[in-house]
Amino acid sequence: MSRYLIGRVGQALLVLWGAYSIAYAILYLLPADTLAIMLSASGLEIDSLPEEEIARARAYYGLDRSFLEQYFDLLWGALQGDLGQSLTQNRPVAELLAERLPQTLSLAGLAILLSLAGGIGLAYLTAYVRWQPLKAALARLPSLGFSIPVFWMGLLLIQVFAFGLGWFPATGNAGFESLVLPAVTLAIPSAAVYAQVLQRGFQCVWREPYIVTAYAKGLSHGQVQARHAFKNAALPLLTLIGLQVGNTVSGAVLVETIFTRSGVGRLVQEAVLRQDIPVVLAVVAVSAAAFVAVNLIVDLLYPTLDPRIAHMPEVSQP
Amino acid sequence: MTVDIRFDSPLGAVETGDATWRRRGRLRRSLAACLPLLRRPGFLLALAVVAFALLAAVAPGLLSGFDPYATAPADKLRPPDATHWFGTDELGRDLYTRVVHGASLSVLAALLAVGIALAGGLGLGILSGFAGGRLDAFIMRFIDVLLALPGLLLALAIVTAIGFGTVPVAIAVGVALVPGFARTTRAEVLRVKTLPYVEAARLGGASWTRTLLLHILPNAWSPVAVLATLDFGAAILATAGLSFLGFGAAPPAAEWGTLISNGRHFLITAPWVSLLPGLFLVAVVFSLNHIARTLEEVQR
Repeated sequence: MSRYLIGRVGQALLVLWGAYSIAYAILYLLPADTLAIMLSASGLEIDSLPEEEIARARAYYGLDRSFLEQYFDLLWGALQGDLGQSLTQNRPVAELLAERLPQTLSLAGLAILLSLAGGIGLAYLTAYVRWQPLKAALARLPSLGFSIPVFWMGLLLIQVFAFGLGWFPATGNAGFESLVLPAVTLAIPSAAVYAQVLQRGFQCVWREPYIVTAYAKGLSHGQVQARHAFKNAALPLLTLIGLQVGNTVSGAVLVETIFTRSGVGRLVQEAVLRQDIPVVLAVVAVSAAAFVAVNLIVDLLYPTLDPRIAHMPEVSQP
Repeated sequence: MTVDIRFDSPLGAVETGDATWRRRGRLRRSLAACLPLLRRPGFLLALAVVAFALLAAVAPGLLSGFDPYATAPADKLRPPDATHWFGTDELGRDLYTRVVHGASLSVLAALLAVGIALAGGLGLGILSGFAGGRLDAFIMRFIDVLLALPGLLLALAIVTAIGFGTVPVAIAVGVALVPGFARTTRAEVLRVKTLPYVEAARLGGASWTRTLLLHILPNAWSPVAVLATLDFGAAILATAGLSFLGFGAAPPAAEWGTLISNGRHFLITAPWVSLLPGLFLVAVVFSLNHIARTLEEVQR
């Protein structure tokens, strides 16, 4: 087990390193002139500067060294928690992130809880209902859920619940009340994915022999669904939660922009608008780290929740 | 004599039977395959919505008589009525016309993104599934790494590097869609590769290229086509999201994301300016999802 653990953690670290390298390659190797972007981020035009000034700026940003040298320098810094200096705000990126992360974490956390509750609830209801027209309508609801753009849903919720009914504030980040609308907006696409997968899970499980046995024992429809069908149908959800971290982070960028919340998503949106490369690199790296960490936890949890998987390595190894 | 007749008559019967049976033409066969689909009203409606969006992208002039850029300050922020179906925006421009004209940028951007994703994903997936061994392991680790980067953030990083505008956004979204295609294609190639008819084709003397193009690809195609339809919708959403954030087309040009983003400043007084273009976007993406799901159900 410990060997498996070490292997799995090593693999996660490798993926994280790869993600950082790809993000570095995109941001530092792809542009024709990285210096021009960096200078325009600081409010300077590269054409207006004399030669020696440009050379000095190049040396200041470390762009006069070879790409490999720059890369290892950045990587070494990132490993020590130094993510560089923001070009537009003149502050260390790590400080900016530390300031903004709590906002995004509370938003994402609440959104994940809501999406699980909504998705599981919808699928459970779909499996429980037996009147065909309603069942068919409920089964189509998830694909409507992920056809709706996150930003449009946010605007609709603001229109109805903030301006129309006045239940929640439209924007801002003060208190729990301002968290409700953004979290609901962010939860809808993930909830749709969970509901769809769980609906399919119920469809497959319903044909299993142990369901027939459970009915034969004399259990009611509701009891069979709660005790026998749900546990088996819900297993794939665990893997999905890990995969949905990426979508939640992507959605957070849009949601924080609409509701003007000062979180990491808004930070990256502003950084891209001003082409603040170190901030973009840091946010991409942090979100990849979150993705890798959550998936690692899910992988390690899986064998304890599904004993069939725990026995697999012993069988396959000679 | 009698023996001859006995032999003749059954043979003759077989021959006449052969003469009446003919292989149905390609058109007849595809018609027969489509017929059950055309009996579903939901599928037809979805097809109509997507066809409308495609037509709007190619020839917006056919669907609307107004000029998308002509401003009329007297008519600003009119609610929807018979002449202005979606109402007008803050400069008095007809919103329905702007949505129709916006289709050309949004739909073409999504098509470009899916094209890039298809080319990259099919290439990597086929290479990986076909070559196997170390190359396969290497490509798959690379795909794993790409999957660890959230799609929108990967696209944002690319947009930071190559600049703003509709084409960079489409490229960024396309690259972010590559991993999914590569995985699906590889899985299908691996499945089809072991089937007997591939072995038969190889034994018959066909080269690997010929086997790949004539035997493996056509049979590995259908799940990839379903994914392409789904991702066409996802690409429309992603490009709209990026242009909503302000990285898409510059202001006077109409694009679905910028239209919705623009209307957000008038949400209290004129909610239709951002909600109606969004509703149209939802209809198109939902139709694409519905088509993909129906195709998937038919395949099973």
